[in-house]
Amino acid sequence: MDTLVDIVLLAFLAVSAIAILRLRDLFAMAMMFGLFSLISAGLFTTMDAPDVAFTEAAVGAGISTILILATLAQTARREQSPARRRVLVPLAVVWITGAVLIYGTADLPGVGDPAAPAHNHVAPHYLQESSREIGIPNVVASVLASYRGFDTLGEVVVVFAAVVGVVALIGLRRRPPGVVEGPAALSEHDVLKVIAKLVVPTILLFALYVQFHGEYSPGGGFQAGVIFAAAIILYALVFGLDAARGVIPPKLLNVMPATGALIYGGVGLVTMLLGGNYLEYDRLAADPQAGQHLGILLVEIGVGVTVSSVMLLIYFSFAERGRGKLRDDGEAGP
Amino acid sequence: MIAAAILAILVTMVLAVIRALLGRTVYDRILAVNVFGTKTVLLIAALAFWSGRPDILDIALAYALINFIGVVAVLRFFEYGAAEGDEVQGK
Amino acid sequence: MSALLIDLLSWVLIVVGGAFGVIGGIGLLRLPDFFSRIHAASLTESMCAPCIIAGLMLQSGMTLVTVKLVFLVIFLFLTSPTAAHVLAKAAIHGGLDPGALRDADAERRG
Repeated sequence: MDTLVDIVLLAFLAVSAIAILRLRDLFAMAMMFGLFSLISAGLFTTMDAPDVAFTEAAVGAGISTILILATLAQTARREQSPARRRVLVPLAVVWITGAVLIYGTADLPGVGDPAAPAHNHVAPHYLQESSREIGIPNVVASVLASYRGFDTLGEVVVVFAAVVGVVALIGLRRRPPGVVEGPAALSEHDVLKVIAKLVVPTILLFALYVQFHGEYSPGGGFQAGVIFAAAIILYALVFGLDAARGVIPPKLLNVMPATGALIYGGVGLVTMLLGGNYLEYDRLAADPQAGQHLGILLVEIGVGVTVSSVMLLIYFSFAERGRGKLRDDGEAGP
Repeated sequence: MIAAAILAILVTMVLAVIRALLGRTVYDRILAVNVFGTKTVLLIAALAFWSGRPDILDIALAYALINFIGVVAVLRFFEYGAAEGDEVQGK
Repeated sequence: MSALLIDLLSWVLIVVGGAFGVIGGIGLLRLPDFFSRIHAASLTESMCAPCIIAGLMLQSGMTLVTVKLVFLVIFLFLTSPTAAHVLAKAAIHGGLDPGALRDADAERRG
């Protein structure tokens, strides 16, 4: 049965990849992208990797699709047909490279092989010692936040750098001069407005659950931040960008990415001031395990704050670009 | 018995994907992807029971939320365009 | 005895849910018009999902898992019909005509 599910999902993956390449309608292609991420999340679940599946579902099928759609809404609707070109040489290059790569994988160890190097050095130490040294049930969280905490600090800073890059390139402008605010785009959808008002607090609560429950079940700061941002994006979609800016004022939103990264780095500094190494959480409390718990909690909060504010800032930057333009008449309709 | 549920869900997913590929209008494709999303939520819930790891249910919950937001986003951007409903003055 | 009854009930619910799902999927493929296909899609979301989830709930008894499944069902119940409604409204806004099939049918009948 597991094999059957794997085969079907992989077949879906191939089919949707071919569809993405062949579709000329860009909105349909964006939907197929979301489908692709969703199938990948299903595959990760069958491979017993729930944290990765969680992040893939939230980021790939949620935020990525929304950002692609926000971009497409400001550009053309259909892709131009590519010019006819000779395909033999590129095709040969691609096939030869693919064949060489597949030949190279023949030397890799099999999936789940216990003698593989990846399973033999630090991994057994983490798996065996985690319950004694750290004591939280979700080993992925303990590896991410404690054993490999320095790498995760790097990831948080990379996410922060991404938002710095986006804001530097696109900018966060307010409504351009000469433009008067009209009704929000979905303002006649009364049913949607009522349901959105019911659903947004639930999603925010679920994001908090995922954040703080990340030590016991799949979850953690990254996934929680993405779900939090998705809730505010839903509010922005239904009620308009200005209403969403009323929820989270820009002054607060602009400092949040840096604050999250500072919380993370600050925990490391505090442990150094208490006499240990950088990010040695044992020093944070009298009992080393309690110190680890406290350290992981603070660090995950930092990650959640940064990721949620970065996603929101990127969405607001993309969505603001459409302001002040007359409705583009690139081929609308089916 | 959960195997029967997984099988039925996979069959429905195949049918939805066929509609997503065929779909004569873009709305058909959006509808098919929405159905596929709901079926994936069910598949993950059934897999959670099948493999005996009930904590995977959180993924199903998260995906149900994200699916809804995705459909609203597609309709907002596709049908109503990127502009925020602003009226342009003095042009 | 009651364990057998619960097992039987959950079997029935899961099979019924699966059948509704497949019926909805076939309808999604074979119905002629977009607006009728929305009916088929809503069938899967309103009947298949709750039946299968109810069957799974009976399997797991009174635990945290059941609470999460209850949340899932309530959420799907609230948001799937809304998504279908918004989609139909957007399709009308985009120019699809819901009455086309009915008019064509009436014409054909003379």
